[in-house]
Amino acid sequence: MRFIGVKTAMLAAGLMLAGAGQAAPQAPTAPPPATAATPAAPTTAAPAATTTAASGAKATPAAATPAANDPLLSMDGAPPMKPTAGIGQPVDGEIGLQPQVTKNGERAAWFHNGPLLWTITIISVFVLILLLIVIVRFNRRANPVPSKTAHNTMIEVVWTLLPVVILVLLAIPSIGLLQAQFAPPPKNAITLKVTGNQWYWTYSYPDNGGFEITANLLKEKDEVGPGERARTDDDGPRLLAVDNRVVLPVGVPIRLITTSADVIHSWAMPAFWIKLDAVPGRLNETSFTIEKPGLYFGQCSELCGPKHAYMPIAVEAVPLDLYNKWVVAKGGKVAGAADPAAAPAAANASAPADANAAAPADNMTAPDNAAAGNSTGQ
Amino acid sequence: MSDIALTPNAFEAHHGGHEHEHHDADHKPGFFARWFMSTNHKDIGTLYLIFAITAGIIGGAISGLMRAELMHPGIQYLGYWANTLNHIRGGGDVNMDQARHLWNVLVTAHGLIMVFFMVMPAMIGGFGNWFVPLMIGAPDMAFPRMNNISFWLLIPSFTLLLASPFFGGADGGAGTGWTVYAPLSTQEAGPSVDMAILSLHLAGASSILGAINFITTIFNMRAPGMTLHKMPLFVWSVLVTAFLLLLALPVLAAAITMLLTDRNFGTTFFQAEGGGDPILYQHLFWFFGHPEVYIMILPGFGMISQIIATFSKKPVFGYLGMAYAMVAIGVVGFIVWAHHMFTTGLSVNTKMYFTAATMVIAVPTGIKIFSWIATMWGGSLSFKTPMVWAMGFIFMFTVGGVTGVVLANGGVDDYMQDTYYVVAHFHYVLSLGAVFSLFAGFYYWFPKMSGRMYNEFLGHVHFWVFFIGVNVLFFPMHFLGLQGMPRRYPDYPNAFEYFNKFATIGYMIMAAGMAVFFINLIWSLFAGKKAPNNPWGEGATTLEWTLSSPPPFHQFETLPVIDAGDSHHH
Repeated sequence: MRFIGVKTAMLAAGLMLAGAGQAAPQAPTAPPPATAATPAAPTTAAPAATTTAASGAKATPAAATPAANDPLLSMDGAPPMKPTAGIGQPVDGEIGLQPQVTKNGERAAWFHNGPLLWTITIISVFVLILLLIVIVRFNRRANPVPSKTAHNTMIEVVWTLLPVVILVLLAIPSIGLLQAQFAPPPKNAITLKVTGNQWYWTYSYPDNGGFEITANLLKEKDEVGPGERARTDDDGPRLLAVDNRVVLPVGVPIRLITTSADVIHSWAMPAFWIKLDAVPGRLNETSFTIEKPGLYFGQCSELCGPKHAYMPIAVEAVPLDLYNKWVVAKGGKVAGAADPAAAPAAANASAPADANAAAPADNMTAPDNAAAGNSTGQ
Repeated sequence: MSDIALTPNAFEAHHGGHEHEHHDADHKPGFFARWFMSTNHKDIGTLYLIFAITAGIIGGAISGLMRAELMHPGIQYLGYWANTLNHIRGGGDVNMDQARHLWNVLVTAHGLIMVFFMVMPAMIGGFGNWFVPLMIGAPDMAFPRMNNISFWLLIPSFTLLLASPFFGGADGGAGTGWTVYAPLSTQEAGPSVDMAILSLHLAGASSILGAINFITTIFNMRAPGMTLHKMPLFVWSVLVTAFLLLLALPVLAAAITMLLTDRNFGTTFFQAEGGGDPILYQHLFWFFGHPEVYIMILPGFGMISQIIATFSKKPVFGYLGMAYAMVAIGVVGFIVWAHHMFTTGLSVNTKMYFTAATMVIAVPTGIKIFSWIATMWGGSLSFKTPMVWAMGFIFMFTVGGVTGVVLANGGVDDYMQDTYYVVAHFHYVLSLGAVFSLFAGFYYWFPKMSGRMYNEFLGHVHFWVFFIGVNVLFFPMHFLGLQGMPRRYPDYPNAFEYFNKFATIGYMIMAAGMAVFFINLIWSLFAGKKAPNNPWGEGATTLEWTLSSPPPFHQFETLPVIDAGDSHHH
């Protein structure tokens, strides 16, 4: 992770210059449905970064968006953050939980691996031992004359009350965990709005100007059509890699809002201990804070039709300053940026429902030097 | 059940008389009238069992298709199967999405068949019909003709479900999951989902009629002296189950009727765009669906109690606690439904309540497990085939039960919800719980029902092969779930391959065990030794063992009298 952090920071510093250069000519014109990433000439058709500030992004990856504009893509369009084996993705033959990178995830994993797993293992083994004792001691040969005991009030009270005590002891951390999971995110939380579609995800960043990205499964080499980008190992494992990763900052609380445009989907990210259904007509909300930079994968977790297994989720967690640069490159706004005009709008966008309304017209606030300075200092 | 002390003399008198004087008691109608117009509880029970075994073969074959496809990552056979199916429909080759839709159709069919057409008909329709009247000393069910329609409603119901994939063209088949969640189920075009809904309507009506029949029979037709607190625990279990059916199934009927009108008549009960709510459907479904879980296991509890007592040569330990534990499970089972919905966006208070309420169920379940062990403790155990299945049940149900305690925690379930951990959990309580109890009951009562003994050796082979098979099949699914593999996926990232391969091998072992079962079944039916009235000895104290094997066509024309002695309080 450290390795990647340094690399991405350096990359970002370099790309910042390019971003600043591009922002300048675009800012004055800025037509209302400003597409953030159009001006530069198409460098390559490979990275299908469908960045649109307007709503209604299509699932089909748009060709020819300049890679240079996105600080999270290297010059040739490949994503520089590579997946790490064993982090944010399943491991073949592994029998436990995926490593957790959120506080609540660690807490829940502790509760599962500690009290719960021990309790259920001990109970199962206890029952098995009792059965073995019964088989050995009370078989027909060992014990030809059965007892007629059919009652023992004391033992019946014990095996009623003892489980009650065990369950109460389990319920205490369980209720505490729920409380922690439902703690409202602080004011400075960044909102990620997720919309499930058959069969892809759209993500919008209401606190960052409301730009949207669309994430589709990256198909295998032998499955892609002409002009379509095929998955490489740098994108992630088969059936987990997507064309556009969700980018989120590390160490900043994230307010996750899910909804759906058609049927029920479920946005699931095992490494965050997050699973929240995306239900049409509803806005579901939860929050989490990613502790470690990295690439994390999840999959749709509510049956949603034929391609239910083909709408994966990939989150790229990066340091905040890099996130801010990415936001700017995508045509979004950064909260608390040097530009005072942009700040209040972003800060007030805490109400999730009207977050989409934030017009992207003035989205090209110039990247501030302070942020660039921070990134070099990393 | 030594709490039921018979007065054998009175019964023997009846029995002797029956053979020599009342020839009508064993007068059987002709083949068609007997099997197609039957009002006899034993014949209807037999029909239910044949039906359940047939459905079990179909549902089990579908899971075989699924395990074959899942053995390796990538799509193996799905395209080929979908093409074959579409050729039968009269169409051409299908596209990839239509093939993937077939996967969802298989998942849906497997779930619905196993729940509504295998476990429920076998437990309640089959063993309930056969043995509730026998155990309470009744000549038949209270409403024999209603009993007939209960069974025969299942035939069109099952036909509708099995036919549904053949309609609707290349996109045909209900691919909604057995939960039929809106709006996926309202979005799917074609007649398939409507057929599945109507199938559930008929199966539900069948079960409601059956439930009314059992409640009436048990309340009104017990032999003189058999108070509620002297009823065999299997009868108690069917009584509680019947109440669950009676209260839960109308809610399902309402929910799927609304689904039907949403689909066909423009209502928007579950459509957000019309002011409806998809989550409302889930509440209604699980208000039925959770009691349904207990409907599938409670009769199994009852059977296990009879079998453990019989082969321990001891009365059931803590009879009243056992009976009221089932009542408690039934009652609490109605107020825990939203633990199936922990990720739907419930509020924190709701999640806390459903977490706590769900955990409560572990208490009466624990009472049952420990009471079974206490029944065996001090007993004189003979490990006949029904007994090994019952002991296997106790351990496997414990394993399935404790993962239920894990899933009960709303904060933990966020991770496991809709993963293979849940699949493992409910297959441990159903495929290893309910199904083990079904096999235990089948071997236990096979001599009584058929008049012939099964083969003890093959019964044990069946048990061990099946036991190993299902554990190899389902235990690795816990690991897949903990690593995050979602349910209802025809293809998965390569990192899930190892344990999926394991599971498929487990399926093959289990299937080999089933082959042994069918060999045993056919061999025993035609060449098994003649069964005595009571092949199990002094431990078998319930009334069915006082009758001939098989029992006369009409039994208890003179009611048996149950000793008024309060025998279970010593």
